[in-house]
Order: sequence, then structure tokens, then C-alpha cells
Amino acid sequence: MTPNSHNCCGDYTRAQLLRSAAAEAGKGLPIIEPGMPEPAGTGLSRRTFLSRSAGLALAVYGASKLPLSVFEEGIAQAAPGDKVLVSVFFDGGIDSLSVLAPVGDPRYSQLRPSLALSPEAGSEFSEDPRLRWHPAAASLATLHAEGKVSAFPAIGYDHPDQSHFTSRHFYEVGELAVGFRTGWLGRYLDLVGDTENPLQGLSMDGSLSPMIATADKPVAAIDSVDGFDLWSPVSDPVRDEMYRSFARFGSLPSDSPGLAQVRRATAQTDKLRQDLGGIGEFSSPVAYPDTRFAHKLAGLAAFIAAGLPMRAVTIRAAGGYDTHSDQATDLDRNLRETCEGLLAFQRDLEARGLADRVLTEMWSEFGRRPEENGSAGTDHGAAGCAFVIGSKAQGEMVGEFPGLATLDANDNLRVTSDFRAMYCALLEQWLGQDAGPIIPGASGFVRPTLVKA
Amino acid sequence: MAIPRTSASAAKPKRHPRRRRLYAWKDKHYRWVPDGQGDWRLQGYIVRHRHKPKRGHFRGPGKKPAGRPAAAPAVPPAVNPDPRPAGAYQGPFGVEQAVRLLNRAGFGPLPGQAEQLVSLGLVGAVQSLTRPSGAATLSGPPPVDDDGAAIAPADAWGHDHIWWLDRMVRTNQPLVERMALVFHDWFATSIEGVSKQQQMIDQSNLFRSACFGSFLDLFKAVTVDPAMLQWLNGSENRKSAPNENYAREMMELFSLGADRGAYSEDDIREQARALTGWRNDWSGEQGAYNFRFDPNRHDVKDKTVFGRTGNWGWEDACRLCVEHPLHPSFFVDKLWSYFVPQPPSAPVRDALMGIYNSSGRQIRPVLETILISPDLYQGPAMVKPPVVQLAGMLRALGRYVDTDAWTWLCEPAGQVLFRPPNVSGWDDTRWLDTSRMRARWNLVHYALDEVSVDAWGGGYSTTESAEEALDRAIASWDSPALRPEHRAELLEFSRRVEKQVVANWQRGPYRAMRQNALLQLIGVSPDTILQ
Repeated sequence: MTPNSHNCCGDYTRAQLLRSAAAEAGKGLPIIEPGMPEPAGTGLSRRTFLSRSAGLALAVYGASKLPLSVFEEGIAQAAPGDKVLVSVFFDGGIDSLSVLAPVGDPRYSQLRPSLALSPEAGSEFSEDPRLRWHPAAASLATLHAEGKVSAFPAIGYDHPDQSHFTSRHFYEVGELAVGFRTGWLGRYLDLVGDTENPLQGLSMDGSLSPMIATADKPVAAIDSVDGFDLWSPVSDPVRDEMYRSFARFGSLPSDSPGLAQVRRATAQTDKLRQDLGGIGEFSSPVAYPDTRFAHKLAGLAAFIAAGLPMRAVTIRAAGGYDTHSDQATDLDRNLRETCEGLLAFQRDLEARGLADRVLTEMWSEFGRRPEENGSAGTDHGAAGCAFVIGSKAQGEMVGEFPGLATLDANDNLRVTSDFRAMYCALLEQWLGQDAGPIIPGASGFVRPTLVKA
Repeated sequence: MAIPRTSASAAKPKRHPRRRRLYAWKDKHYRWVPDGQGDWRLQGYIVRHRHKPKRGHFRGPGKKPAGRPAAAPAVPPAVNPDPRPAGAYQGPFGVEQAVRLLNRAGFGPLPGQAEQLVSLGLVGAVQSLTRPSGAATLSGPPPVDDDGAAIAPADAWGHDHIWWLDRMVRTNQPLVERMALVFHDWFATSIEGVSKQQQMIDQSNLFRSACFGSFLDLFKAVTVDPAMLQWLNGSENRKSAPNENYAREMMELFSLGADRGAYSEDDIREQARALTGWRNDWSGEQGAYNFRFDPNRHDVKDKTVFGRTGNWGWEDACRLCVEHPLHPSFFVDKLWSYFVPQPPSAPVRDALMGIYNSSGRQIRPVLETILISPDLYQGPAMVKPPVVQLAGMLRALGRYVDTDAWTWLCEPAGQVLFRPPNVSGWDDTRWLDTSRMRARWNLVHYALDEVSVDAWGGGYSTTESAEEALDRAIASWDSPALRPEHRAELLEFSRRVEKQVVANWQRGPYRAMRQNALLQLIGVSPDTILQ
């Protein structure tokens, strides 16, 4: 992929695009890069499992040969109350120079003639007078003002790789190497996790995030927080009668294997609807925006409140951030949707008294080029942004904003913090686990303070 | 540990979070369509406007067209009308049989189409499908995405799927599209391994153009098709570093079959050498392009394949496969399996192999024999592939492709076009499980989006009887034949709903909901799912 290509970039796997089709439909098809490394965790076997104790349909991943009923017991028995780390991924490389726009930097308006935020837009970033929050990140700014956001204005690693896939892989596995089979949170789960509780590592986007890919402990993916619903064109009492007739289609006699197959699937589908159809009907103590992303977070808060035994949860931020063209519109919409959802999530946790148990980390595979391209967009860059959010977040910036006067050899933003240092701090300060066995070279990273004492 | 439910949210019908409101203004337009009995009837259909339409804008024709309607679709004259050849189905060829033919050799009938076929007789009906004249005509509005914009099948993600779905809905040559689907499954290639959607579309066009001709010609064209050359590494196969991927699959999946003793591992290695020489260039802008044969990469030494030795090239590799004694049985069994669920009896199989061999391995004569066989009309039902069911529903409902949601809605149903699960194609024995059944339910729900009636607007009949409600719902689905036990259950449902009406205000709304539920139930009944 050439750096100046304005096509949608090729490093996403198409299967993932497929799963996020509603959000991605209409986007250009990526080109597959030769020599792409395999995502971590693809060696895990996948089985589908319906947990009644958890009220969830799960795709369970694990090398274990345990029967699925064991997982059911594991979920029921695992003690709730552990700390939960939620990882939110800005897929595609979010433009950190828009999220925290350096309007006070003299080069900013030269590098971004059409995309620069106006000096009055958004709100001031109190920790660095050069920076302003993007208006679409207002919800994040609100939480920052409350001391609940630690911002990394220029996070990354040495010798940045500008392939989506490679750089994302580094972040997912917690090491600058291709071909890792386990994710950094997966290795954490391998150390402390339960052999029978797949909910301890949960991906909420229908497929397993490589971040929580384990060597042997089970982890899970769900497609929807709404469980197993059949979209209904009608409401009760007609709805109940409709389902009853649907079930009857499944129980009538058959005169051919094909008909028997339809009847069997019909009967089982209605059975599942009865068992699991209700789980999406959770209630939330606060109002959420009416978006898919916020709906997932609302479900997640309800799951935590219900005592589901989760430790690491992954979810993709709303939309895509590979803004090679028409950046202003796309970024505004997707960033707003994500930040508003996260604010509601935080308020929900606070209302439920769970805010001290949940910390959210937001990351992206890289930032974008400071100089905009010719398509009102930006190409792949180096240093990007990350945020740690929560009532227990330290709320202090980590690493300074390096300024635009001096860029790196590829004219990209210089890195002032390393993502692996962030991981070490999250593991040790939040999850209470020594990072040594999890992050290669952990002893060499200076831990920022990310969690309030 | 169940998540608490609230009564308020349980009672309120919730809009699915993934569903978006597509168009703000919809209204009913009218058009004249053939009624199947040689005359016209007025058909209402819903048009969704992106912008508020002007008052009194044109909503359809007032005057009935003069004269008799043209056949829909245009049917070329039958070359060999009834009487039927020996071995063919000899029973009555009525609407029921014509619907089965259109379901299996296409995507179900358009309004009036089954009656048209009946008038041609069995052989004429089959030949109207297998011997189309000229290029296909696509009738009706071209496909648009959720924004009402023209689709971009080569560029926009998921638009390749709806591009083909639209052809299935609008074509007047349904068997060409169905055979393209057959060969898409037979030579299953996925965009997952191909750099450009256009290359997948080009491959499907190859299937359209070659689906009735010589199997060897088709096989050779597929072998050097750019999508296939990428998918099975044909263009990485060179004499210094042979790649066996295509050599193996062309025998195992495309022409001979596994576990039949048809070939050895040595045959695969030798065949891979015969196939060497194709290559392509690569660029970030264009992906894989400039596919060509490079003699410098071709292995010119002798190869021994199936015991035959020579300086074979890629065309020989294809020919050696189809000349293999175990190829004709593989071919007729596989082609048969797409149209009839039970394997052919030994005499039928022998007859089909005889036709294949004596015709010089032509596809059409074998296909025509399958399509007039008693097993197709008297044998058991089979499950429609998801896109076949979807295209058929849109044809029956008079709806055209007006959303790209069909791509993500088809994915959980188990079939996205240009994305078969692997090189062996879709598994026709596993179209249905709880997850896929749920996806079909949701497909039906989405397909009915604009046919559903307004339950709370106050306009629905307060007196409609259970029988009238069922008749109306069946008519909305273009009057499919329902099995008697399904019809009885639906009538029973209608009556049960009527008994739920206790308050005066419920009379209309409950009847409207009943209508919507009936529409949904017909769509998810075995009558719609089976072909």
C-alpha cells in the first residue's frame, strides 16, 4: 500500500469488514497486502455455546476439549466483583491531530489548510494550552474536566510501521513482532483466568479480537447484546400468537428430508427465542444515544451489573477512522457517536455504583500524517492518541504533545509515550498483575501512573 | 443471573438497532402487469421517495394498455413442444409443476410467469429457460443503495452482492443466473483471496456466457480466469517453484472427485507442472493485474498425468481431466445435485452420462434432461439457498433492490455472493440451523418492510374476517400454493387473534397486526423456504 493511496486501505480482513457491514457498507473494498501476518488467535478452535446462566449466546474460543456444559458451570460459579478492563478500538488509525487539535501550534494551519480546526472550535484542553478538544469529542472533554480521562497525545513506538495490519497487530499482541498467536490481554487471562469461564474475555463485535486470544483459557465473542431475537413486525398479544404458529410449523409432520430439516430448524429456533429472546430487554438507569455502539455499551453495563464474570472486554468504536478522504465529515460523525456512547456508559456505571470496577482504554493502530493529502483527508502517520477513562483513572496526561515544528523522518508526529508502557501500567495498577510475564521487555518501560491510588 | 426485564420495554415493539429508516416519504404507485390469463391487472407497489414528492405527482397509469400483454418474460418459440421424450416426466404440467421448475431453474415466478410456462408444455417450458435468445433483459428500476444512489458493484463494499441479487430479481433469463450461481459454487472462488471486486464480477460473467456450452471450454476459461488464478495461486505456479493448489482442486472439486481412486498425489504434482507459466503484476493501486502466460515460467519437460505422458500445458491439463473415465459420472452427479436432492438412479445416471459423452461434453443437453426428469417434479422438496429465497421473495412482492442491507442480512443466513466459505463452495445440506433460520426470519421481516400495513394509523378494517385476512396476505405474496396444514394453521392463527379483541379500539389495530404477522408467517413457512 503506498502511503499516498486514497483508497480504503487493505489491511482489514474482509471477514471483519463483513461483520461490521452495516457500518462499513458502501466503503471501498480493501486490497489484500501480500505477506500480511496472521492475526493472533486464529489457531483457537471456535464453538458456539448458549449459556442459560449468563443469558447469552456465545461463540467460545479455546483449545480446551472441555464439554460446553462445563463452561456453563464455570460462568455460574465464577465470582463477580473483579476489575474489568474495557478496550475500545478506533479501527483504521484515528487522526489524533483532530481529536486533540494543536490549534496553538504555528504549523498546524499550514499543514492542514482545509482540515484545521478553528482556534475557537471545541473546548480547551486544560493540560496543554496548544491543544483543543474536537467538538465531536465534547463528551470526552466533559469527563476530562471531571478528572476521569488520562490522555496520551502522542503514543506509539520506535520505528513506526504504517501498515494498518502490522501496527494493529503490535498493539494487539503487546510486542513489536509479527506472528504472535496470543494477545496481551489473552496472556493475562492465561495467567489468572478460569479454565471454565469463557466470559472472562469477551469480544462484543461478533468475532474474537486478537487482543484477548489466549493459549488455552476459554474466551468468547457475542454478536449482539440483544440475544436471540426474531424481529417482530407486531406486538403482543398478536406477537405471542404469531410465534405460537411459527412453532407449530416446526412440529407438524414431514414427508421429506427437506421439509423435516425446515421443521427441525423452525422448532429449535423458536425454542431458542423463548430461552434467550428476553435478554436484550435490559434496562438502563441513564439515557443512551440511539446508536449501535451505545447500545452495546448499555448492554455491557447491564451485563456487569448482572454479575457476569468478565475481566477483559473488547469493542470497536463506532465507524471507521481510515480517513483518506472527506475526513471532516466522517470523523465528526464517528467520533461523536463513540464519545457520546462512552459518556453515557460512564454515567450508567456511576449510577449503578460500578464505576470503581471498570476502566476503559481507547486506542488506535496509529495516528495520521500531520500534512493533509489532496482529498481533504489524511494518510497513515505514526504517533497517535490513546485515552484511559474511568472514575479510577488518574486523569493526567501521559507524554507531552511533541509539537509540529519537528517531525520524524517520514514527516509524521513524533512519539512521546510507548503503548507497551501503558499496558504494563494497566496490568499492574488496574488488574493487579505483574507485567513481566505478559509484556516482553516489560522491565524496560517506565510506568505512567494511570490509576488513582 | 438473568438480566432484569422491564415491563415497559417488553411491551413496546423495539426497532432493531441496526435498522435505519431508509426513505422518509413513501407512497403507493400503480402499474399494469400481466394477470397471467392474457389480460392486464393493476398492481399497486410502494415507492420510496428521498425527497417529499409534490402533491398530485404521477403515481402510475390510468389507462389499461391496449392489446394483450407480452409474455413475461419473453419466451422464444419452443423448438420441441410436447409430446415429451421417453424417460421424461409424463404427469400433468400445471402451475404447481411450473412453479417448481421456476424455483429450481431460476428464482421463482414473477406474477403470471408460471401460467405462461404452463401454456408452453413441459418441454417448451424447459427450453424457454435453457435456450434464451440474445442478451438478458433486466426489467424494472435499477438497483440503488440505502441513499437511493446507483450502486457501485466494482468499488463499494457489499455492492457486488446486491448487483447479482438484482440480476436474479430482474432478469428475463433466470436459468442463466441460476447456472452462474451453480458454477460460482462449483468453481467456488471468494473475494477473500481476490484483489478486486471487478475480477469476481468478470468471473460471474464468464459463468453466464459459458453455462450452457462445452464443459471443457468453461473449465479452460476458469483455469486462467484472473480471480481463479489469484484464489488458487495459479499465477504463482512456476517451473522453479510449482504450486499444487489448483492442480489438486481441479481434480478433487472441479472434475473428478476425491476418494474415488481417480488420481494420485503424483498426478497432482505432475499436473501442477503442466499448469506452470501464468503470472501477474501487482501494484498498490491496481492490486493484481496483467495476467498472462509467460513461457519462461512454464515447465517444458514431459509430465505423466493419469498415465499419459507428454509435454502438457494448462489446456492439456484441463483436457486430461475431462477425458478421464471417471469425469462424466462426476459431472452428471454434481450437476444433478443442484436440481434434485436425491442422487439419480443408476439408469438415469447412465442415460445422462451417455448424453454428456455423445454431445461432446455439452452442458445444455444434460441440463435439459435433468429439468424434464420425473425426479424433479415427483421427488421431494429441497431447501432454497438463502439468496434464492431472497430473490424469489422480492420477485413475488414486486420489490426491487433498494438497499445494500441485503449484504449484511444475508451473511448470517449463510450466503454472501462472491464469498463462498471455501473452495468447495456452500454446503447444500446445511442451509438451516437456529442461527441461519433466525437470519431468514429477519430477511423476511426486512423484505416485507414496505408491504406491512400501518397498525396504529387507524385506517385498517375493523371487520375483516379471518378468511379475508389470510386471503389478503397470500395475495400479497403473489398467491403461492400453501400446504393445507399450513393454511389451516394460519387460519387458526387468524381466529386466535380475533378472539384477543376485547376492547373496541383494538378491532382495527389487532387486525392490522394480524395482517403483518400473516405476511411474516407465510415468508418463514416451509412453503417459502422449500423449492
